[in-house]
Amino acid sequence: MGSRSRIIVVLASLLASVAQAQEKDGAHGNNIVTRGEYLARAGDCIACHTAPDGHIFAGGRAMPTPFGTLYSSNITPDPENGIGKWTADDFYKTMHTGRFPDGGLIYPAMPFGSYTKVTRADSDAIFAYLKSIPPVDQKNRPHDLRFPYDNRQLILGWRTLFFTEGEFKPDPSKSAEWNRGAYLVEGLGHCGMCHSPINALGGTSQSDAFKGGLIPMQNWYAPSLTSNREAGLGDWSTKDITDLLQTGVSARGVVYGPMAEVVHNSLQYLTDEDARAMALYLKGIAEASSGPPPNSKLPSSESSLLLSLGKTVYDARCASCHGTRGEGKPPHWPPLAGNQSIEMQSAVNPIRMVLNGGYPPATMGNPRPYGMPPFAGQLSDNEVAAVVTYIRTSWGNRGTAVSAREANELRSAPLD
Amino acid sequence: MAIAGLGLAVSVQALPAFAQPALPPDTMAARVEACTPCHGDKGQGTSDVYFPRLAGKPAGYLYNQLLAFRNGRRRYPPMNYLLEFLTDPYLQEMADYFAEQHPPLPPPATGNVSEDVLQHGQALVTRGDVARQIPACASCHGPALTGMEPGIPGLLGLRPNYISAQLGGWRYGTRTAKAPDCMQAVAARLTEADVTAVAAWLASRPAPVSLAPAPKGAYVLPFQCGSEPE
Repeated sequence: MGSRSRIIVVLASLLASVAQAQEKDGAHGNNIVTRGEYLARAGDCIACHTAPDGHIFAGGRAMPTPFGTLYSSNITPDPENGIGKWTADDFYKTMHTGRFPDGGLIYPAMPFGSYTKVTRADSDAIFAYLKSIPPVDQKNRPHDLRFPYDNRQLILGWRTLFFTEGEFKPDPSKSAEWNRGAYLVEGLGHCGMCHSPINALGGTSQSDAFKGGLIPMQNWYAPSLTSNREAGLGDWSTKDITDLLQTGVSARGVVYGPMAEVVHNSLQYLTDEDARAMALYLKGIAEASSGPPPNSKLPSSESSLLLSLGKTVYDARCASCHGTRGEGKPPHWPPLAGNQSIEMQSAVNPIRMVLNGGYPPATMGNPRPYGMPPFAGQLSDNEVAAVVTYIRTSWGNRGTAVSAREANELRSAPLD
Repeated sequence: MAIAGLGLAVSVQALPAFAQPALPPDTMAARVEACTPCHGDKGQGTSDVYFPRLAGKPAGYLYNQLLAFRNGRRRYPPMNYLLEFLTDPYLQEMADYFAEQHPPLPPPATGNVSEDVLQHGQALVTRGDVARQIPACASCHGPALTGMEPGIPGLLGLRPNYISAQLGGWRYGTRTAKAPDCMQAVAARLTEADVTAVAAWLASRPAPVSLAPAPKGAYVLPFQCGSEPE
């Protein structure tokens, strides 16, 4: 690259970062509405409270759960159907206690277990922002839950087991940046809603926080944020983490599926400072020791057959982008060698990526993402199992083999 | 000096992204590879009879479909899933890319339908059925059936299975378009036999001299259509 074009590149980077800083002014702006909009994004309220092709924050989005279908509520300032008659006190209490202003119990699909940590000042800003958007006269749709889950009194039991009310308490032994990251991850970001295992009662025990789990109904695996064998970020550079959170792509991996939605709706709007704070905190919760790798469940003769078929499929279909040694062309064509999401114990995500492909989200930092082709129509269950086994066990990867049955079962996983 | 120092710091950060030899090609062809297993590398279609040719269709039509899939107005979960987090300008670029591709049409399909069925198909496509208020396909999709800019697609190079499935989709409401949804109105008047005949005759057509869609306003539509604003 000539020195002149280098200068142009430098200037362009500078301009881009200035423009981005201006767009992301919301975190520090004095205007309470702007600050509230920023915080509402950090809390990803839109993901549930806006229906596909619907009015913003008018609710009505169907949320299938193992207990039936919930419909999100209208949180526009409409006086009859929304929060038009609420006060800032009402709003804070709802976020903080998981009860409507009239005392009614809220189903824990609303992440009040996380939002209870939000400060009064931040709650007031979000409320001021929501009061500033256009009211939408759209009635709330009643939930459609099976017996006995349609009895809201059951929520009392759930709350006793899994809900602890209380604002975020900073840890004085840690830096302000670490505490800011903890506040965002545990509070508004409600990362634990997916990244913690969910038990049969639809709850998570405190000791299992951020240990990963299969997201009910969606059939994507939300990896553990504490184990470096999954999505633990202990050995990631801060830049790779902030790239992933803010742009959806990084040198270490790319987001797809439900995490693509989170980056698209929420994380791409974070200021650089907040993204760095989250990265710092996330690096900190990764446990240093991760234990020995699991042993393969398949007999070794079957595994070696799978591997040779897997290499054939890989060389024909995958190597042109991901490289013959799984090195990829990061950040757009992710590396598969040393990629935790490929190696981790659950093979759900790599199988789904082979079947369904996917685009990372279009973000301000990566507006024209490259897509992974879906191979559901091209590869048999055996071939899917073989190629996923191959990428999980080659180039130093220490994942386990995958069976054709596992591949087959995920063909019917929901795509929406 | 301070500015020079800042410039240096930024260039060090920016360099890996620009100097790295191993970035994917900065082309739309590389960006739409996710589309190619089903639609072909130039949008010419593949051996799967339910996946349509995209190449050479008007960019406005392709863009409308991409928006409809992303917003869920046209239901097909694998497409809805792929496009969910892409932006309008990027979908427009994808539409432009496939509109600009001109691979040859596949050879005409000689399906296993009778001559009577083909004649019925030809009649509906070229003349319609006045008694049943069915307009000729050609009255909107063009005398050469190559469509019209910006929103009306050509009908050649599509397999009968795909055409049948789409007409069925309109009848059952899984495919919808901007109001007034003229295709929904037309499809509602067709019988199963009509659909089979139209699909079979269209697929049997040889390639015309030019596959280009007619320019905007080249002819007057028989009724209002939300996808083709006047």
